[in-house]
Amino acid sequence: MTDYKKDFPLLKNSSIAYLDNAATTQRPALVLEAERKFYEENNANPLRGIYDLAVAATEEYENARECVRKFINAKDAAEIIFTRNTTESINLAAYSYGLEFLGPEDEILVTVEEHHSNLLPWQMVSKRTGAKLKFIECDEKGEISVQAVLAAVTEHTKLAAMTWISNVIGRRNPVAELVSAVHKNGGVVLVDAAQSALHMQIDVEKTDIDFLAFSGHKLLAPMGIGVLYGKKKLLSDMPPFLTGGEMIASVSRESAVYASLPHKFEAGTVNAGGAAGLRAAIEYVKNIGFEKIGKQECELTKLAFSEMTKNPYIHIIGGENPDEHCGIISFTIDGVHPHDIASILNEDNVAIRAGHHCAQPLLAYLGVMSAARASIAFYNTEEDVYRFTQSLNKIRRLMGYGE
Amino acid sequence: MENRTFYNEILTDHNMRPGNKRRIDGANLSMEGINPSCGDHIVLELKEKDGIIVDGGFQGDGCAVSQASADIMLDLIIGRTKKEALALSDIFMRMIKGEASEEEIDRLEEASALRDISHMPARVKCAVLGWHTFEELAGEDL
Repeated sequence: MTDYKKDFPLLKNSSIAYLDNAATTQRPALVLEAERKFYEENNANPLRGIYDLAVAATEEYENARECVRKFINAKDAAEIIFTRNTTESINLAAYSYGLEFLGPEDEILVTVEEHHSNLLPWQMVSKRTGAKLKFIECDEKGEISVQAVLAAVTEHTKLAAMTWISNVIGRRNPVAELVSAVHKNGGVVLVDAAQSALHMQIDVEKTDIDFLAFSGHKLLAPMGIGVLYGKKKLLSDMPPFLTGGEMIASVSRESAVYASLPHKFEAGTVNAGGAAGLRAAIEYVKNIGFEKIGKQECELTKLAFSEMTKNPYIHIIGGENPDEHCGIISFTIDGVHPHDIASILNEDNVAIRAGHHCAQPLLAYLGVMSAARASIAFYNTEEDVYRFTQSLNKIRRLMGYGE
Repeated sequence: MENRTFYNEILTDHNMRPGNKRRIDGANLSMEGINPSCGDHIVLELKEKDGIIVDGGFQGDGCAVSQASADIMLDLIIGRTKKEALALSDIFMRMIKGEASEEEIDRLEEASALRDISHMPARVKCAVLGWHTFEELAGEDL
């Protein structure tokens, strides 16, 4: 296995076994350097100044946009809107598209697996427009079948929202099938790519996705920079989400003409340092390649599975095949609450998540109150996994079960 | 002290065998306490007569810290006046913040086993759930 930890200052300087990568990843030194370089060498307010430094800042920012365009294979850089994170991206689509174009005759389709950030904005749109909110269900292993998708789409489905990879069970959902079914009836599809951005090649043109949202911070980039991709035709017809500075062409006392795409949706001073960091992160990822990333992640997931399944008190949620998890392993231990699991692992400096993972409808559906979750990234090591499983194996004894 | 875990025997014992996890017949005080961020949940029931807590119990689900802490609290407050119990609860809350004296902590009996929570900010809400619910319940009509 290749050692990638050396690229990550936090991991290099710490003994932590960091297995909470689905919450946020760590950042390689070159991402931190890119952000620092922006502020040290190119810092001015982008998109407004006449002087050379402001032009340099603008170039840095727009180069990052172009880099994102290539990364997801969008046609036009104007289709890439920078936001703070996935949540803001989805809210942008909900407020500017959902509220504007949906009505009481329409249906909004979401899956039971959505993170709250891809559910609550659609609940809001449903309440305000009268559109009906409907759900695509999964089976007891968390799989959303193509049949379930096809059965849920109707001629009234005006908007469907689906996570590409579930943040709880790590399974990849049938996005392409959803897109083609919804398009047949003239609707649009938003894909939550927060968990998938670091795990798979995204091609918005090939999959014909209408909106795609992801965060930089789950893709090795700084916190506070995210992306909404939208088809140009859709974005052009949408009103702005936030209004204010730097999103206008002209303003009078009573009215304004908005700037063209993408700046119409980027009100106020932008996060250019974060965008520079995101560009560096994407280049780092491309340099390694998704094939290698996936292989390393999958080998580590297999190892964790084989160790965890030796312990009869541990129950993994979702599919039985490690290949179906994209590094995400949610689990329970008989008789031990997930918060106690996470606390005991913390004493061994192993970091995992515990709780409802912002996906309460899915956990309720699967009949689990809360779960512990280890999430593996390509830079984790076999040692991280062994430390995790060895610590797991002593939990029941520590909690007084004698084994 | 070689084992740094705060999951000591007192805590795990109260978690596995909570003597006060039961319904109270004739309870005249009852309140629900929830930690929305982690889903810990208890319902505290007390029977009070002439200002004295003559019996008490709890129901609920949650982590060992929240459940054991509620059980330990009930051991401490049953048989005391509400005023005494609230004073002990105040010491407990200050112990969790690292602000109680050794003499005060001694008065908490087994509840002193939770003192290390003061070094674990992520678990404080679990440890105080029962006590906070009690303060809401008993403080109301004092």
